[in-house]
Amino acid sequence: MSTLSFDGIGMVFPDGTEALTDISFTVDKGEFVTVVGPSGCGKSTLLRIASGLLEPTSGAVAVDRDRLGYVFQDPTLLPWRTVRKNIELLPELHGVGKAERRRLALDTIELVGLTGFENHYPKSLSGGMRMRASLARTLTLKPPVFLFDEPFGAVDQITRERLNEETQQLFQHEGFAGLFITHSIAEAVFMSTRVLVMSARPGRIIAGFEVPFGYPRRPELRFDPEFALLSGDVSQALRGSYS
Amino acid sequence: MTTTPDVADYTPAAAPAPEMPDLGDPDSSGEDSALDPSAPPSASKRIRVADLPRMVLPPMLLGGALITFWYYITRIVLDETRRFLLPYPHDVLQVGFLEWDKFSIILKALGSSAKVAGIGLAIAITIGMLLAMLMSQAKIFERALFPFMVTVQAIPILAIVPLISFWWGTGQPSRVIVCVIISLFPILMNTLFGLQSAERGMHDLFTLHHAGRLTRLRKLMFPAALPAVFAGLRISAGLSVIGAIVGDFFFGRGEIGIGQRIRRYAFQLDGEELLTAVIMSSVLGVVVFWTFGLIQKLVIGKWYEPQAISG
Ligand SMILES: Nc1ncnc2c1ncn2[C@@H]1O[C@H](COP(=O)(O)OP(=O)(O)OP(=O)(O)O)[C@@H](O)[C@H]1O
Ligand SMILES: [Mg+2]
Repeated sequence: MSTLSFDGIGMVFPDGTEALTDISFTVDKGEFVTVVGPSGCGKSTLLRIASGLLEPTSGAVAVDRDRLGYVFQDPTLLPWRTVRKNIELLPELHGVGKAERRRLALDTIELVGLTGFENHYPKSLSGGMRMRASLARTLTLKPPVFLFDEPFGAVDQITRERLNEETQQLFQHEGFAGLFITHSIAEAVFMSTRVLVMSARPGRIIAGFEVPFGYPRRPELRFDPEFALLSGDVSQALRGSYS
Repeated sequence: MTTTPDVADYTPAAAPAPEMPDLGDPDSSGEDSALDPSAPPSASKRIRVADLPRMVLPPMLLGGALITFWYYITRIVLDETRRFLLPYPHDVLQVGFLEWDKFSIILKALGSSAKVAGIGLAIAITIGMLLAMLMSQAKIFERALFPFMVTVQAIPILAIVPLISFWWGTGQPSRVIVCVIISLFPILMNTLFGLQSAERGMHDLFTLHHAGRLTRLRKLMFPAALPAVFAGLRISAGLSVIGAIVGDFFFGRGEIGIGQRIRRYAFQLDGEELLTAVIMSSVLGVVVFWTFGLIQKLVIGKWYEPQAISG
């Protein structure tokens, strides 16, 4: 059985907006699936449904929601907590003891490169650092299923590439089942094992591409001809989705 | 009366305390150092010392001009028989402040009124915050209570003073009741507004990880409410001082407060004492306003970015 599976998901909001129609695919452990699609096609809605924050109007999701990792588009750090305390939040909500929480937080802080900023408040962090803190917060759970909703949309290109490199390293180490939403084709191809393309609203899966590269992926992969060809194919499919 | 803010225009966090003289915001000066925790403290301190003349000089100049104007009125505008209406500043200082037996009477009255204001404020804070939490937990309470809160706060305090004395007499309890009525609304509204101010994404986070109602209130809604709570506290505290003075002005029984003193000085044409009492009343108001500003800075200054709340 798959770690995360969507079976005939459809979503019609109470106001009549049809956001998704007949979405079916699975994400297994060791898979990193990226979904690209035009703005407003229902990608965030799909993740909200996967996480249980939203009930689909048709179809079913199968996933273990006990320790679900979900990185939102905004960092959503609590401004009254320091970086370390923010990162301790999820274990805290799951009833993990104080010492263990602290250890988890310090470990993930090191992992995302925020060492030295443990006692800073979110207001004194840059956008990229806040996103790292948000990522670290989710990592403390060691989630078997990891949802990302365009987490790097608001950071500059270079930071974004660096965060992509770190994310695929994490994926390699932690071996979770990843579902990642993005607008960036390069980001999608660079990190994932599979790229899915969604149509304009109501969102459907209209194309899928296996990404053949192994891990770890070097930054130079982005200049590889094969990378360019695959990106071209995804781009072509995405263009089709706009019409 | 002017102390009750207009209901229709009431925006909780932004509502200023109109009757408090704004002598500068004690928590706006330290912002730079708080923003950058890595900056060496000595450097930020130096900047602030250098800024001091710029901050202190303008109000001092204005104060000097006002006192000069005061002398002008007393000396040139008023003729000698009417000079008791506005005695010279140095006479006020001499008689009101420097004659200890007179000044101590004023201080004692002020202390009594401060106590009344403090008790009234404490009661208003307790009731206001409890009601706000109740209202934030169940929409039905909000819908039920809201119209009454607005109505109570819309009653001009002078209109119910006779009613209060009719029911509870003219002793200390009645003075406290005036304080509670006048200061309840801002703390209640600001707390409620604050409890509802946590972002949806943060609520989603707590929902995802199965946080219970109490956990959500304690770890998300309450801390998120603090900036608004403090804004409300400062307004309520100022209003409570005014309530204590107004209440005391009308209720004569029990310990004599500053309102009674002001009334008697005016009656006996004691201009110097009257002005001293008025000045000391506003000093009390300013001290209260600043104290709450200071507490606010201590509690939330480290993390709170002032513009974050209006969004
Ligand atoms: N609660 C709601 N009620 C009604 N319509 C909604 C609701 N939430 C989302 N929608 C609509 O559903 C559609 C899909 O929204 P969604 O946020 O999932 O898009 P998205 O693909 O994530 O877009 P973006 O790439 O811009 O983030 C949009 O047209 C949106 O207006
Ligand atoms: Mg979205």
